[in-house]
Amino acid sequence: MNVIRAVGRLWLIPVTLVVWEIATRAAEQPFFPPPSATLARMGEMWLSGPATHLLLTEQALDDFGPSLARLFAGWALAAVIGVAAGIAIGCSSRLSGYLDPLIHLGRAVPPPLLVPFFLALLKLSTPAQLTTIVFGIIWPILLNTIDGTRTVDRQHLETARIFGFSTVERLTRVIIPAAMPKIFAGLRLALSLALILLIIAEILAGSGGLGYRLLTAQRTYLYTDMWGCLVVLGLLGYLLNSAFLLMERRVLAWHRNARQTT
Amino acid sequence: MLEITDLVHSYGSHRVLDGVSIRAAEGELVCVVGPSGCGKSTLLRSVAGLIRPTGGRVLIDGKPVDRIPDNLAVVFQDYSRSLYPWMTAANNVALPLRRRGLDRQRRREAAMAALDQVGLADAAEKYPWEMSGGMQQRVSIARALAYRPSLLLMDEPFGSVDAQTREDLEDLVLRVCAHHGMTTLLITHDIDESVYVGDRVVVLTRSPARVAADLPVGLGESRDQIATRQLDAFVRLRAEVGRLVRGGSSTSNVLEKH
Amino acid sequence: MKHARVLRGVAGVAGFLAAAEVVGATGLIDDRFLPRMSMILRGAAELLVDQEFLADARASLAAWGLGLLLTVAVAVPAGLALGALPPVERAVRPLIEFLRPIPSVAIIPLAILIFSDNLHLRVAVVVYAASWPIVINTIYALQDVDPLAKETLRSFGFGPVSVLLRVALPSAAPFIATGIRVAAGTAVILVVSAELLAGGAEGIGIYITEAASGNRMDLMLGAALWAGLFGVLSNTALVAVERRLFRWHDVRTGAAR
Repeated sequence: MNVIRAVGRLWLIPVTLVVWEIATRAAEQPFFPPPSATLARMGEMWLSGPATHLLLTEQALDDFGPSLARLFAGWALAAVIGVAAGIAIGCSSRLSGYLDPLIHLGRAVPPPLLVPFFLALLKLSTPAQLTTIVFGIIWPILLNTIDGTRTVDRQHLETARIFGFSTVERLTRVIIPAAMPKIFAGLRLALSLALILLIIAEILAGSGGLGYRLLTAQRTYLYTDMWGCLVVLGLLGYLLNSAFLLMERRVLAWHRNARQTT
Repeated sequence: MLEITDLVHSYGSHRVLDGVSIRAAEGELVCVVGPSGCGKSTLLRSVAGLIRPTGGRVLIDGKPVDRIPDNLAVVFQDYSRSLYPWMTAANNVALPLRRRGLDRQRRREAAMAALDQVGLADAAEKYPWEMSGGMQQRVSIARALAYRPSLLLMDEPFGSVDAQTREDLEDLVLRVCAHHGMTTLLITHDIDESVYVGDRVVVLTRSPARVAADLPVGLGESRDQIATRQLDAFVRLRAEVGRLVRGGSSTSNVLEKH
Repeated sequence: MKHARVLRGVAGVAGFLAAAEVVGATGLIDDRFLPRMSMILRGAAELLVDQEFLADARASLAAWGLGLLLTVAVAVPAGLALGALPPVERAVRPLIEFLRPIPSVAIIPLAILIFSDNLHLRVAVVVYAASWPIVINTIYALQDVDPLAKETLRSFGFGPVSVLLRVALPSAAPFIATGIRVAAGTAVILVVSAELLAGGAEGIGIYITEAASGNRMDLMLGAALWAGLFGVLSNTALVAVERRLFRWHDVRTGAAR
């Protein structure tokens, strides 16, 4: 039953692949290798290693390792800074009044434009890449945290005042949990944005990683390699988003259920 | 125990409370009844110290309320916004007790005892959204009880539950307030309820609110949802309160609310 | 109230500029790498009369505007079709769910191979990347239309097309508008990314690359500042248009931001 339902839902994907395969074979265009060739090349590049390494090749470790490390480091750094600053700004309407225009300006600067600047300033590619990611993705985290902190239900806060919660209790037991759904929404948006900025940073300031691999493949006419990178980036984006949703569903179970019942 | 004297409050130029004076003796349950929107909630928020009234004063145990007193608890009408949905019932009840300097174990015990009193001993580990409205309001009451306040304020505590649950909650409040000897100020727009629950009923006029009457109920300690409501004294008093509530305005029709 | 807010905003910006200038003046940071605030502002002012910069900015703006127009022309009808025809939407959804997570800038190297003209290249990547928020928001909005409103109209004998035009479209419009606003922001990122990556003759990304090779940090940051101000203005304008058009619509939050 489940199989039939899955087929009913997913049939367009194999159909697209087959049509794509036939069309690319017929066209014999070097820029558009058949999907079968791309898939074979992906296996060869990344999954033909020794069984002791889960079949991962040396190249797979070189491509994915640095990219994932940068992605998560940048994301975690932006999350810590963005959430902390967001809570502070959200709690003080005075502070947010001072900072609002600066935040809106910062958010509007297209982060790729700053890659050459960060590279010139920091000289090394990894710090420049991290700075690009953090600068680019901090805004949705910051804005969502400010919004979540500012829109905590008035009665939640009044209850805290009535029962004499200390500042720390009010923050950790009331404001932060109440703002969590919005903070998570910001973090998820930031994660997909982080992948985009990672690629642009690795292409522009690269010395390894998937973005760098993508660029060198294109520059050295290895078009199946390039398509392989595209496919694997799509998979990565999908996996990251799914994993985050899974975590969000666990942490915010109360939120989902509370909304269903009211 | 509670002395409210000449309380005046205005929002801008709009006067909501116009010289309200109410007194409650130790252990008394005073109902404040008045037409919807007459400023009852403003009164309660002034007593709780959530807002600073424009004029007049509020004394609790002889001390003026200038910020939120630490021996006071509030049960709000909207339990869904007053309980924290990210905490279990037990944690909702236990959290305020940190201020009482109890350790984790003792907080837990006190919370369980309070939940037991409101008949929710089995629901301690449930989240608010797993409970009916009536159960959530019981948790709210348990939280107030566990806190052991000397003054309990209730703002339309049964306004958002169905009729059957409302009767159960009324009896619950009567029982626990008598048991703890807590002074209670209960605000409602329901005339029937005010007479059934109160030791005294204070009737407010339509906005700006003044005290129209302060009536002793005199129905004795034990009350019963069916028998008490059939007593002549109950019926007469209810009629009188009803007249007074309507008397404040020519167009008001409080009974529409039922 | 509003007055105080504006004053605070001005004070905040002034304070930031002053603080940055003071830090720069202490000489802790080599101002060849991080120019002083006054130098950046002077650079930004110079750019306003710099013919080369103005031509580059115009070229980027043209690519952005053209790309966004084309995106709207493609994505809104596509979203409407998918939203109005649930069986088609169900079939296409897995495909969308696989294509959408591909980081949009990763298709630039592929686009470089296909398009030799730089304007076409930029417009193409904008259309690819900026379509998603509009398509998704439009599908979501159409599925979210109050069924009662649709049934009411249907009971008066209106056909499916008039139901779509009279009920579904107006109630979905605010969400579509939000999608377009998000798309406008995405389009800016794609235009400058394509310029930085693919090179070419004109564009703000090209200008920045050249300023970087000449070590003119002040001009790089000045250009980035103008790009940011442009983003703020275009976003503010789009929000204002939304407010005017959809005053009746109180769900101002939207599905995506």
